[in-house]
Amino acid sequence: MIPAQFDYVKPSSLEEAVRALASDEDAKVIAGGQSLLPLLRLRFAYPSVLVDLAGLDALRSVTDNGSSIEIGALVTHYELTRDPLIAAHAGLLTEAAGTIADPAVRHRGTIGGALSHGDAAGDLPAVVTALDADLVITGPSGSRVLKPGDFFSDYLTTALAPDEILTAIRVPKLSGWGYAYEKFNVTAQAWAIVGVAAAVRRENGQVAEARVGLTNMGSVPVRASAAEAAAAGADASPAALAAAGARADEGTNPPEDLRAAADYRRHLARVLTGRALTAAAGLS
Amino acid sequence: MRISVTVDGVRYDDDVEPRLLLVHYLREHAGRTGTPIGCDTSNCGACTIALNGRSVKSCSVLAVQADGADITTIQGLANGELHPMQRAFHEEHALQCGYCTPGMIMAATDLLKDNPDPTEEQVREGLEGNLCRCTGYQNIVKAVLKAAQGVKA
Ligand SMILES: Cc1cc2nc3c(=O)[nH]c(=O)nc-3n(C[C@H](O)[C@H](O)[C@H](O)COP(=O)(O)OP(=O)(O)OC[C@H]3O[C@@H](n4cnc5c(N)ncnc54)[C@H](O)[C@@H]3O)c2cc1C
Ligand code: FES
Ligand code: FES
Repeated sequence: MIPAQFDYVKPSSLEEAVRALASDEDAKVIAGGQSLLPLLRLRFAYPSVLVDLAGLDALRSVTDNGSSIEIGALVTHYELTRDPLIAAHAGLLTEAAGTIADPAVRHRGTIGGALSHGDAAGDLPAVVTALDADLVITGPSGSRVLKPGDFFSDYLTTALAPDEILTAIRVPKLSGWGYAYEKFNVTAQAWAIVGVAAAVRRENGQVAEARVGLTNMGSVPVRASAAEAAAAGADASPAALAAAGARADEGTNPPEDLRAAADYRRHLARVLTGRALTAAAGLS
Repeated sequence: MRISVTVDGVRYDDDVEPRLLLVHYLREHAGRTGTPIGCDTSNCGACTIALNGRSVKSCSVLAVQADGADITTIQGLANGELHPMQRAFHEEHALQCGYCTPGMIMAATDLLKDNPDPTEEQVREGLEGNLCRCTGYQNIVKAVLKAAQGVKA
């Protein structure tokens, strides 16, 4: 399967990249290409020109900003699993990135691409949602910062304008929190039928605070607010956290597809949230 | 577009269309037909090569994205004699039709770069992106474990 024709440019600065996008309404960014190339080969997309971000080395770094970690959009899934700063302060990303696809895809795919693609079944959108990260975006008129709830707008749709580039993800450091990513899929490299990203802060035998992000429980990643509220103040025990998890599907509108009925997804979300909270609290 | 790449130690300079996939470049311009195309949808791993030392699925990379890169295909592994991974696949009967084998071997050598002494489970996880429709994986896993022993020794 061969894509339709397109031009290709590889700018060496962010300004040049934004200009290339702004000058042609059918231009499209390519980062790792792991989601875009399959679409081009199936001829689901017909960009006139691909703007390759690979020349923008500034987007490859991971830096310590004090209260947060700043991760460049071109950091690959493989690098997410290996970076010591991310492991120390945002281990939920490390764990979830290791479940994406397979090693060869992880060597190419980037965090910026995974978020910009906005796939409801993608693992990282729910993680940045649970972590309440800042998404840093640059366009022709400057930069802006969005929260995940404003960034993801629908299936495969984000708030990014066609001439905007996601440049970095700022993840607040969660010192002293435990975390877990529970992903349910049927074969090793498959996408999540449902995924649950949980982070928990314990205090004196109780759960003081909990954050839960859900993968594939709607057109966009969502927080399981009812489960979060039920977990806060609960005993740090598997039974109490399973009970909190049982409220994970409240307010969700899960998709129905060939791999799972909506009801089954609700069931998975409840069970997996209980497991993820229990693991994040260090109880399993 | 003009690209230069090094494939199995040999430098190539070519004019290519931006839409040319790296796997087609390798097979049709650089003569590396040892790298097969299986699924053509980035799922099977048959087309796996090493791009700047890391495994990638060459059906999911554009040739222009590889400009300036150092590429190793299955045809560049042997160095006068079989690479230890190739020898282990041979000795453990880790192939039947052989279609998945170039990708399996490239993925397996990549796995040992990060983890020279993997457990059986780690081998299975490391090969999760490579499908074999013949062997049932058992002998492939045995071969990778055996090659790891050989590489360490
Ligand atoms: C076999 C296979 C299995 C997979 N399994 C999983 C899985 O289990 N879980 C999972 O989460 N993902 C999975 N993926 C997808 C993988 O995570 C992709 O790498 C990722 O979704 C896209 O990242 P990329 O850098 O390759 O982006 P690209 O493919 O280059 O781009 C994707 C989209 O984002 C846009 N884009 C990219 N970067 C930016 C940017 N910085 N700013 C603005 N727009 C941008 C592009 O224009 C394009 O529309 C799988 C992919 C494959 C091929
Ligand atoms: S042909 Fe490339 S992954 Fe199957
Ligand atoms: S040996 Fe035939 S596909 Fe693996």
